[in-house]
Amino acid sequence: MPTQANKLLPYTIIGDGIPVSLTGSPGDAARGRALVLARTTTCILCHSGPFPETRFQGDLAPDLTGTGNRWSVSQLRLRLVDASRFNPDTIMPSYYRNDGLVRVGRNFAGKPILSAAEIEDIVAFLATLRD
Amino acid sequence: MISWRAIAAATLLAAAAPVLLAGEIPPDARRSGYAFMGADTRAMQDDDTSNPGMLFVLDGEALWAKKIGSADKACADCHGDAQSSMKGVAARYPAFDKALGRPVTLDQRIILCRANHQQATPLPYESRDLLALSAFIAHQSRGTPITAGDDPQAKPFVEQGRVLYMQRAGQLNLACTNCHDDNFDKRLAGAPITQAQPTGYPLYRLEWQTLGSLERRLRSCMSGVRAQAYDYGSPELVALELYLMSRAHGLPMETPAVRP
Repeated sequence: MPTQANKLLPYTIIGDGIPVSLTGSPGDAARGRALVLARTTTCILCHSGPFPETRFQGDLAPDLTGTGNRWSVSQLRLRLVDASRFNPDTIMPSYYRNDGLVRVGRNFAGKPILSAAEIEDIVAFLATLRD
Repeated sequence: MISWRAIAAATLLAAAAPVLLAGEIPPDARRSGYAFMGADTRAMQDDDTSNPGMLFVLDGEALWAKKIGSADKACADCHGDAQSSMKGVAARYPAFDKALGRPVTLDQRIILCRANHQQATPLPYESRDLLALSAFIAHQSRGTPITAGDDPQAKPFVEQGRVLYMQRAGQLNLACTNCHDDNFDKRLAGAPITQAQPTGYPLYRLEWQTLGSLERRLRSCMSGVRAQAYDYGSPELVALELYLMSRAHGLPMETPAVRP
């Protein structure tokens, strides 16, 4: 297994969030919006939101409208990285994790669901979702 | 100290009302995938002249009567008229095979029968002829309540299937139960999540544009959570299939069902 390429960047949890960007630089909200709507990131499978252009939205998880009012950037980052810290029974995957999983498919083994840069883009976009 | 009488009483109670684990759907709330479909897809299943699965059933009927293999025998030579001999059989599958000491699926039973009694070349999983025979045989159980898993010898394998059903897997780290017990009736990317009651297999899936087995469906769900899918015919898939059938206890068979 190629370990070097899949190594996760270190991050520090403080309180209920990760205050510092995983990549060290801010994400791009426009790219983040496109990522949230791409089915491969899986967000839109469970969440809905202010996305009039697609009807393929899920309702297993809260609507993303107003997310930027409800959570700080630091909280959003930790929720994407590892939502199970808030609720061990959550169905929301830990998007920045590559171990402790069962029977991961060959194409995905050792890799997080999202890269650090993708998480930063999505966090930047979610922070703009204000009522 | 617990007396043997108390244990016996508890066992009797358990037999009368199967103990449900957290999250499991009570018997009177179990619903076929049919109940989650739109009117058009229901109508397609209900009308045999528009149900594309019936073409496979007709192919299977022809195969049932066809002599094959070095034994030059047809299914019908041993089993006679399937309308009577196969009635209700599929509702009991996967069924425990005493010689093998493990449960086998209906597809595996057909494969074993071809090898042992017809001495014919094996049919690959998901091949058209295997699906056609399986659809024809299971069609003889249409309307029969599912009883698979009732055999006491099958119980350890039902339990194995239940453990797999409850186990999170794949990069997305989800278990079958997370969607199909806890979130049915909700929508995943706009499509309704069902209870995963396997009442109509093999079934015609519009997404596949063909008939497919329950194992194919399970494997595609596993790929969906980005897990390494179990191989066709593997003990794990058979156990999952058995658990799902036992979980659908009492629901009527619908083969060939139509699903979106």
